[in-house]
Amino acid sequence: MSIKYTEDHEWVSVDGDVATIGISDYAQQQLGDVVFVEVPEIGADLNKGDELAVVESVKAASEVYAPVAGEVLEVNEELEGTPSLVNDEALGQGWFAKIKISDASELDQLMDDNAYKAYIEGLG
Amino acid sequence: MCKRRGRTRFAGMRDIMGETTAVNRTVLYDLHIEQGAKMVPFAGYDMPVQYPLGIMKEHLHTREAAGLFDVSHMGQVVISGDNPAKSIEKLVPGDIQALQPGEMRYTFFTNEEGGILDDLIVTRREKDLFVVVNAACKEQDIKILTEGLAGEATVTELADRALVALQGPKASDVLSRYNPAVSNMLFMTYQEMEIDGIPCFVTRSGYTGEDGYEISIPAEKAADVCRKLLAEAEVEAIGLGARDSLRLEAGLCLYGHDLTPETTPVSAGLLWAISKRRREEGGFPGADVILKEIAEKPAMKRVGILPEGRAPAREHTEIADMDGNIVGEITSGSFGPSMEAPVAMGYVPLALSASGTELQLIVRGKARAAKVAKMPFVEQRYYRG
Repeated sequence: MSIKYTEDHEWVSVDGDVATIGISDYAQQQLGDVVFVEVPEIGADLNKGDELAVVESVKAASEVYAPVAGEVLEVNEELEGTPSLVNDEALGQGWFAKIKISDASELDQLMDDNAYKAYIEGLG
Repeated sequence: MCKRRGRTRFAGMRDIMGETTAVNRTVLYDLHIEQGAKMVPFAGYDMPVQYPLGIMKEHLHTREAAGLFDVSHMGQVVISGDNPAKSIEKLVPGDIQALQPGEMRYTFFTNEEGGILDDLIVTRREKDLFVVVNAACKEQDIKILTEGLAGEATVTELADRALVALQGPKASDVLSRYNPAVSNMLFMTYQEMEIDGIPCFVTRSGYTGEDGYEISIPAEKAADVCRKLLAEAEVEAIGLGARDSLRLEAGLCLYGHDLTPETTPVSAGLLWAISKRRREEGGFPGADVILKEIAEKPAMKRVGILPEGRAPAREHTEIADMDGNIVGEITSGSFGPSMEAPVAMGYVPLALSASGTELQLIVRGKARAAKVAKMPFVEQRYYRG
């Protein structure tokens, strides 16, 4: 199981045909204190690039897009009471949703750990 | 992931204030960088939106101890003439002549339609007026003053002074170490005094709802004074992000958002800032409109709004009545760290403005329950002796 990233700072962790999705540690740092996460509805069919979730910090709302297409199987209900999990454990307990991947080839377009590190360094 | 508005690619918090260019820096710029601030463009200035502590902790720290804010981007202006207090009343509805030297008051510039062009603080000094205006309106305001007072008063911008705010329940303890006289000052008063040997204008005022001071310091000494204040155990540097959530919890308006040229002091609920004498005498721009609206009641009213649940309702969120009719709009909305809940203010029809009135907020297409609530959301703790 490896983690891949998008240029918009979502991460995807793949287990079989299920993708767990969250935002990167870089993204949570940029956002600051997360106070609310709107997660998708279970059963929703998402295309790649569709809005998957909305993350609200004290100051602003940011959209999170689906890195790959698929059906939403599960959402992280812990976030409702403890949205700060996104700050505390962006790559772990702060996940947003699990989706059933409909086209595994879309994963090939994502960055691996090293490529993402280089990418965010390039953002300054 | 990206900012909702404009769907531009996520750019950290660089565009958090909705602006992309900053040409000016305050004299405290280097200090902000040194403190690890995240800088954003605001009103043409590169300003700290937050420090490493983060907006949430900065906000809570200000309510618990003391926070230091750079507000040097705001305009500091002196108006002198034969009777500047009388002269300026042509331009603002505030009772400036009722002020004794050393007293200050909140007022606003109005236009002929009774709309608000900016809000400002006017301090009456022995021989002149000391005025602080919003950064974004600085040029406009100086023009209003210069043209409006031509022939009777001179208007001088004090571009060589920094302005900082020290806010919070420990502000008085901290600043007293530099000059014990500050502890006896009352809310909304002004004194010229030395802070750490530097001649400053000190007012007991601020925009957080907390006790505190605003200190106007000669530009070349400002960083030194701030470094000393920041070295005090109770003091943290606080950015614009927490300044915004603090003022919103305190029920205070942000010009350009809660107040605009289209909102009148009557609908904005600022009648407390227009005295009986000024209502009787009029003589300020838009007086006829405003006085008529006082008599007939405004169509819309600014109210506090508490959304249910945890989802913040941001500026421009539509407000609906319980039948689903869109009746108004949120003008400021954030998460209130001290409230541990979202807080907002907005304009609703007068009939829906009573505290406790149920409303719906249309957040991302979904109606969410909310109630009109009394402001301030967090008790103001000004020092009145």
